Amino acid sequence: MLHIEIDGKPLEVEHGSTIIDAADKVGIAIPRFCYHKKLSVAANCRMCLVQVEKFNKPLPACATPVADGMKIFTRSKAAVEAQKSVMEFLLINHPLDCPICDQGGECDLQDIAVAYGASGSRYAEEKRVVLNKNIGPLISTDMTRCIQCTRCVRFLKEVGGMQELGLVGRGEHAEITAYVDKSVNSELSGNIIDLCPVGALTNKPFRYSARSWELTRRPSIAPHDGLGSHIEVHVKDNKVMRVLPREKESINECWLSDRDRYSYVGLNSPDRLKVPMIKHNGTWVETDWKTALEFAAGQIKDITNQHGADSLGVLASPNSTMEEGYLIKQLANGLGCGNVDYRLRQTDFRLDGKRVGIPWMGCNIQEIEELDRILIIGSNLRNEHPLLAQRFRKAVANGAELSVVSPLDNDPLMKVAHKVIVRPNDMVNVLGQILKAMSGLQRLSLCLPPSLNALLETITVRPNTQAMAESLAGLAGPDGLVDLVAPKVGLFIGNMALSDPRFTEMYSMMEAIGGICGAKGGILPAAANSTGMHFMGVMPNATGMHARAMLEVPRKAYLLLNVEPELDCQHAALAKAAMAQAECVVALTAYKSEALENADVLLPIAPFTETSGTFMSMEGRVQSFSAVTKPLAECRPAWKVLRVLANTLGLDGFDFDSSEAVKNAIFKGEKPSTVVWRNLNNNLKELVEIEVNIKSDGLQRIGEVPQYESDPIVRRSVPLQKTKYNIRPMARMRAEQMAQLDLVEGDIVLATQDKGSAVLQVKLDNHVAMGCIRIAASHEQTIGLGDLMGDITIEKTSKELYKPYETTMLKVVA
Amino acid sequence: MVTGAKTSVNTTAKKPVMTDLKGQTLLTLRSLNEENPASLETYIKLGGYAQLKRIVTEKVKATDIITQIKTSNLRGRGGAGFPTGLKWSFMPRYYDGTKYLVCNTDEGEPGTFKDRDIIRYNPHQLIEGMAIAAYTLGARVGYNYIHGEIWQDYDIFEAALHEAKAAGYLGENLFGSNFSFDLYAVHGYGAYICGEETALIESIEGKKGQPRFKPPFPASYGVFGKPTNVNNTESYTSIPWILQHGGQAFADLGVPNSGGTKLFSISGHVEKPGNYEVKMGMPFADLLALAGGIWKGRQLKAVIPGGPSTAVMTAEMVQNATMDYDGLSKAGSSLGAGSMIVMDDTTCMVKTLKRLSYFFYEESCGQCTPCREGTGWVYRVISRIVDGKGKMEDLDLLTDVSNNISGRTICALGDAAATPVLSFIKHFRPEFEYYITHGKSMVDGR
Amino acid sequence: MLSKESIEKIDYELTKYPADKRQAAVMSALRIVQTERGWLSKESMTEVAEYLRIPEIAVMEVATFYNMYDLEPVGKYKISICTNISCMLRDSDAIVTHLQNKLGVGFNEVTPDGKFCLKEGECMGACGGAPLLIVNNHTMHEFLTVDKVDAILEELK
Repeated sequence: MLHIEIDGKPLEVEHGSTIIDAADKVGIAIPRFCYHKKLSVAANCRMCLVQVEKFNKPLPACATPVADGMKIFTRSKAAVEAQKSVMEFLLINHPLDCPICDQGGECDLQDIAVAYGASGSRYAEEKRVVLNKNIGPLISTDMTRCIQCTRCVRFLKEVGGMQELGLVGRGEHAEITAYVDKSVNSELSGNIIDLCPVGALTNKPFRYSARSWELTRRPSIAPHDGLGSHIEVHVKDNKVMRVLPREKESINECWLSDRDRYSYVGLNSPDRLKVPMIKHNGTWVETDWKTALEFAAGQIKDITNQHGADSLGVLASPNSTMEEGYLIKQLANGLGCGNVDYRLRQTDFRLDGKRVGIPWMGCNIQEIEELDRILIIGSNLRNEHPLLAQRFRKAVANGAELSVVSPLDNDPLMKVAHKVIVRPNDMVNVLGQILKAMSGLQRLSLCLPPSLNALLETITVRPNTQAMAESLAGLAGPDGLVDLVAPKVGLFIGNMALSDPRFTEMYSMMEAIGGICGAKGGILPAAANSTGMHFMGVMPNATGMHARAMLEVPRKAYLLLNVEPELDCQHAALAKAAMAQAECVVALTAYKSEALENADVLLPIAPFTETSGTFMSMEGRVQSFSAVTKPLAECRPAWKVLRVLANTLGLDGFDFDSSEAVKNAIFKGEKPSTVVWRNLNNNLKELVEIEVNIKSDGLQRIGEVPQYESDPIVRRSVPLQKTKYNIRPMARMRAEQMAQLDLVEGDIVLATQDKGSAVLQVKLDNHVAMGCIRIAASHEQTIGLGDLMGDITIEKTSKELYKPYETTMLKVVA
Repeated sequence: MVTGAKTSVNTTAKKPVMTDLKGQTLLTLRSLNEENPASLETYIKLGGYAQLKRIVTEKVKATDIITQIKTSNLRGRGGAGFPTGLKWSFMPRYYDGTKYLVCNTDEGEPGTFKDRDIIRYNPHQLIEGMAIAAYTLGARVGYNYIHGEIWQDYDIFEAALHEAKAAGYLGENLFGSNFSFDLYAVHGYGAYICGEETALIESIEGKKGQPRFKPPFPASYGVFGKPTNVNNTESYTSIPWILQHGGQAFADLGVPNSGGTKLFSISGHVEKPGNYEVKMGMPFADLLALAGGIWKGRQLKAVIPGGPSTAVMTAEMVQNATMDYDGLSKAGSSLGAGSMIVMDDTTCMVKTLKRLSYFFYEESCGQCTPCREGTGWVYRVISRIVDGKGKMEDLDLLTDVSNNISGRTICALGDAAATPVLSFIKHFRPEFEYYITHGKSMVDGR
Repeated sequence: MLSKESIEKIDYELTKYPADKRQAAVMSALRIVQTERGWLSKESMTEVAEYLRIPEIAVMEVATFYNMYDLEPVGKYKISICTNISCMLRDSDAIVTHLQNKLGVGFNEVTPDGKFCLKEGECMGACGGAPLLIVNNHTMHEFLTVDKVDAILEELK
């Protein structure tokens, strides 16, 4: 520890701290613009100049390491003089257009100028004007306001993983820009708005819609991926105006993914369902709640009375709250129906009943940074978990070795030490190779189920899987200097693997590998409350049907919670057909659109901003939130709708008067973290037998869910839909594949899966494994297709069959 | 031979046109008396590479070499004048990885052009000096970063490198030892700031030449983040001579605190502009006489003794000064890189300052606030004065703004930009006041 | 597409740096491509970025920072004339005026026949030869006089 003094205050600081760290710790405010605790030190704004004893020049507090005995003066005459002169320089070319600037009221330059600026300017010359840049639909630019602090440049390079902005030119002409005509495409791009200390980068959808002081700021939890980011929702006149991160170091730090930041636009979408609706003779009729609920209850009751309780299928979105999940499960069970499931995008349910506890990510979010060796299986990380990916990036920057087994070779924007890119079907074999190599390294005889053992017998370990095994064992690769003893290893399995028909085998392999190398890790669940839904058991009971079976063997009636069947289910064509043949579909939904054309009753529920509830994140954190606005029009929180529906159905035990009461019922009065701790467990009771008769050739579809199509809210966020990620689905394949199929880029093909087809354009994508066609899911154009990760055939077809795309599905129903 | 390498460049550069060798003490330019000064043959004839061979084959201890350099009183010739021996002792002795050696031949400070003559007339002595430094400091790879505008000279130097490599003075296992050193020529392409050593390092790495904040210094975090020693061309080129004759002999050439000879670049209003290598401490008057005196029989008005980042001196201040670190410091300026810009009595100091402030405005890298914003402010105010729209309070404003730039930036360019403004106004204030009052120059009436 | 010759030259420059530091060659790569094509278009910068496997914006940062790179066409011959102090003291203004009159263009303009472009240069580190100019970045002419300038122009025609 070093002993220093700041402004006469003696303090002890750690070796290697900078002056600004030390001052921040004791609450001595030093003004700054370029410095940010999460970014590299640039020391370019010079605002944090302070006086240090024995130095004849002021020193930048952000870049000066403290030394023992150092005496620092942040408010001395010399320090303040330096700070004031820097402020004067910063303002000479600043437009001072604060009255029309969106940053007004929350601007660092404005705030610090109040303290350090002069009342008038000595600068009488011409001011600099910088042309604005169009960097995409999410961020607007007013570059004349820029003070060249380069926080945005450093963020995209260091946190985002790719330099997309630069400071071009030099001297007074230096300006921040993206490459000629390019937009900023990072899935974390919105953070540069928060980082910008002036109004140069502002929120484009929010632009000019409110002044910061008119907004009420309310805390909430991000509703899309399983990270559980803390957000602050800004509300004006009962309308969500924008979303910002709330700092939570252990979860989202001070960042937010673009999906979490901009999805709110979907909350204000014109196709929000405002009143209950019933379909009469094929026409939608608005009605009141009482009528709608009685109609829905009557239909459900009639059908279950007539055909038995298992003629009902209940599908709930994993983006629903724990309370909603609890109630819908109670409701189904109350009717005697065991057909309940939240696993809409899963096809392999062989692990049901074999788990010891609730599957989760297997470690906490922060721990990822400390890992030495990482294996990621079947995940396009940046697409599935945009902000979590950044933690992995930090681990890799800290020296961790990352290995990837995936059907897609998308750049994770971090160094990949080893990778195997193969057909989804072959991932099992690759994992088998790693397992075999690891057991060879440890000279272990594995205690595996016979079929797994038999599989390993036939497997030949290739050099790349051998290298992966050695990496996971901590052995130094060709670039490494020393072997690691007992490295911290993390194994994670992602959404593509979760949707795969051989998920069970992959999971078993992962568990076996993890057992050998003492790894942490688990699944990276897709949605905000996947872990919570599993915890609550929103899954079939012993005699019930899982999500896939409910569609394969169609039910007479369906109850949908926050689900748009063709877009949210694993097998779009199957889902569509099942809904179409049902006698009655009751949908609790926030939106009315063609996506629910086969429903019979639409009950308007409140999205997360209009209801209270709880999500359990992928690390098992139980996070409750309150409504930030009143429900729109006639919308009601889903937990209330389910309560009244249950009451109307004549079921007992639904007398909750708040979501808090539901939560208490879930945790039975115990502390949630205690209950969670007891239940989270990725282990299997036994390793699962391998299915040996798997087809080993033929084309496979990689039906990735694009991140801005993942759930009903984000699908309706216009600015996110305008980003370059929103491309209409195409038949993407690598060059060799194209040659093999005798296709060229731009050809039109008919893609056929078991229950349907889609007409698509061929696109070159060398990130796709050989033997695979990558066709995005959750999109109107591909709702005719089947399994996300299933067999597919491709044949060339006539260009006339290819229709220009125009969204109709998400159009408002008249 | 590597594909793309230059093989056809004629290394026999022409001899300098202007300067008179009489009265000079040729040490870093010792080949100048020869017919083909830049050729390897000439350099060998002059005893070249003998010191490198001796040191490597006799395994002379690095500490002994550093002691010689310290004794020699060699101070960095790039302008800062930091003792070279001391700098060398900062390099970590034991390091697990590649250490780098960098030579700064990025002369872009107005009036500075000495290193250009070394690389075009005596490249092998620089190469030998760098190889000796590499041996001493344990550097495996070296780069000579050459100003982009002197392209023909870059070609000459790169050809000399290939020549030296072919002859076994560079490359693997020199003279059968386990000492290996690869040296490469790299170039700037029009940025004065790259003469600053950390900007130069950034540029070698293929980035904008924006200086790094120090610490860490290059000795611990230099090229590609590795320990790196950076010296000026003239400094490295002095090394073989020092090791041949001993540090004391070099020190004895100069005056106390300034050892050896110095290359002075003399430009402006003299009869024979060019480079003059003389002993440290030569009286200003003698040096001016070597350059043929003030041209056209005019009178001396002012001298910038070490490039614009050193304070301008009036004729009176400079006439009795000696040309060495202490001598010029005593006279009210500094030696800098020895770039003497001479101005006669027809020179308008206001317009001259305008041009210099434009230079710093144009060359500011834009990284840190005071320099980026301040150099433009200063240039605009001076331009306004030259346009006849000056106000008397502008002079205090200029002084104040310059003081606010100085000492508050990442690198020394801020100080360099402030120096001419402060010294011109200080020493020639009446000329500025006249210009403001009359809207035209006191000197040329325009 | 970078030409075979350019790639060979860039590959030679790459031998100067560690294999994982391809960005280091960007200064030479841009110089090589500019020498071949006369100036650096967006496409040229993109090709350099792709060849060196670095972000395009990193190439653009470099290309816009160093003033010998031209991001606009500069005609067949770019004449950069130094007007800094040492040249100014030896009347570079007269040379500039002569060039401007003779070519009929100001600084940063290209003659209508696309042959010449005049640029104001900063210090070229050769002030002993003031006043001076550089043709196409790589050929320096020193000790200029009006007559000498005429001779240079004549030779370029």
